[in-house]
Amino acid sequence: MSMPYYVSPEQMMQDRADYARKGIARGRSLIALQYDQGIVLVAENPSSTLRKISEIYDRIAFAGVGKYSEFDQLRVAGVRAADLKGYQFSRQDVDARSLANQYAQLIATTFTHEVKPLEIEILVVEVGASQEGDRLYRIMYDGTVLDEERCAVIGGESEEMKNRASGAKASDTLQTAVKTAVSALSGQSRTLVASDLEVAILERGPQRRCFRRLADSNVETLLSA
Amino acid sequence: MIPSFPEVGPRFDALLRANGIEPFAALTSDAASLAVPHATTCVAIRSTEGVVIAGDRRATSGNLISHREMDKVMQADTYSGVAIAGAAGTAMEMVKLFQLQIEHYEKVEGQSLSLEGKANQLSLFVRNNLPAAMQGLMVVPIFAGFEPGSASSRIWAYDATGGRYEEKDFVATGSGMLHASTTIRLGWKSNLTLDAAIELSCRALWQAAEADSATGGYDPVRGIFPSVATIDARGFVFVEQPKLSGLFTNIAEEVRNV
Repeated sequence: MSMPYYVSPEQMMQDRADYARKGIARGRSLIALQYDQGIVLVAENPSSTLRKISEIYDRIAFAGVGKYSEFDQLRVAGVRAADLKGYQFSRQDVDARSLANQYAQLIATTFTHEVKPLEIEILVVEVGASQEGDRLYRIMYDGTVLDEERCAVIGGESEEMKNRASGAKASDTLQTAVKTAVSALSGQSRTLVASDLEVAILERGPQRRCFRRLADSNVETLLSA
Repeated sequence: MIPSFPEVGPRFDALLRANGIEPFAALTSDAASLAVPHATTCVAIRSTEGVVIAGDRRATSGNLISHREMDKVMQADTYSGVAIAGAAGTAMEMVKLFQLQIEHYEKVEGQSLSLEGKANQLSLFVRNNLPAAMQGLMVVPIFAGFEPGSASSRIWAYDATGGRYEEKDFVATGSGMLHASTTIRLGWKSNLTLDAAIELSCRALWQAAEADSATGGYDPVRGIFPSVATIDARGFVFVEQPKLSGLFTNIAEEVRNV
């Protein structure tokens, strides 16, 4: 019996998208919210060593969900691209928009040209000098870039979570933002405690490096008060 | 396979080379005949609480003063600092690369390089600069850091070939190092407090500036002071100008009264 060699492009893209979506939905989600002093990123991550959220540059953070090995490779590529650009030009020339574009190119190329698409979704966020300068870019498994405002969610059920976080305001304090983020991640049926979470902030301020991780004890205090 | 940058590990200088940038370009012409500004006396002293790292501010081109306010003492990261003597341009580039390397490693690996690792990395940079050093563009740094885990401080001296020498008490580099280290040797005690180490470093720089024309002293006319920084549990912090002003005014007073 002969095998059909022709697969329509629509079908091929559809299959790849389904495959990627399935892979992403298996993992836990992640949410980024603006608050009055910067941007907070909250991920459901029981591991305290395999990070989903990390620092890329002075004002830029990276977050990924899905297959760890794949988004971690992208994280390292981002650090390299950012450090190289800052070295060759100036630190202020490194921005999230251009990095998000580079990521989108990389992910889109993989999606169309490789056998297996990347089972990941990533966020590139940048804290500005004021809230108007804050940037949240969500990049999907096929390279689609979304310029989000105030709140971005990646991972399975991202739409539901975004709806649950719809009450978030840019004027919220860090504590309110963390609480909103955690309740959006957990939903009504579950309770998440500090040790289930990975929380980091990009803090607006005069310091050069704005990225800071919050220890479990800090998160506990924020959630309990 | 994800299209990505070439695999170079967490080394920033290797990443530069992979991208066609040679950070330590060897010179083809005879550089020794070039008038290169040389930066000059730097010291580091260990105390009971942490370490003091200090340097003068003068840059010279031959017999001319080319810059009065150069910063030769620089923060490497939260708990370490580097001070440089030698060809200014090459030295500045080396420190810039060193700072970047430490931060790049921390971001790629997700944890900081150990203090020993940083000292070793700097040694590689100095060694890579050897071809340029042979042609007159020598860079000789000193490195000092604090380990918050063990609450101890460590200091290193280097030579032009990248030789790395850890010292227990103090280190000095630059054309005024002889006068500076003699001054420190005479004033050094095993239970030196951080404040006493700050004062001793100021005295050492004063003496170096007295005897070495390429080392800048305290300049009361323009209000220029040597740079002095401390590295202890609080991290790398520059000593504030009012405090330095008090210390140097005292030393000047003593000299006047002799």
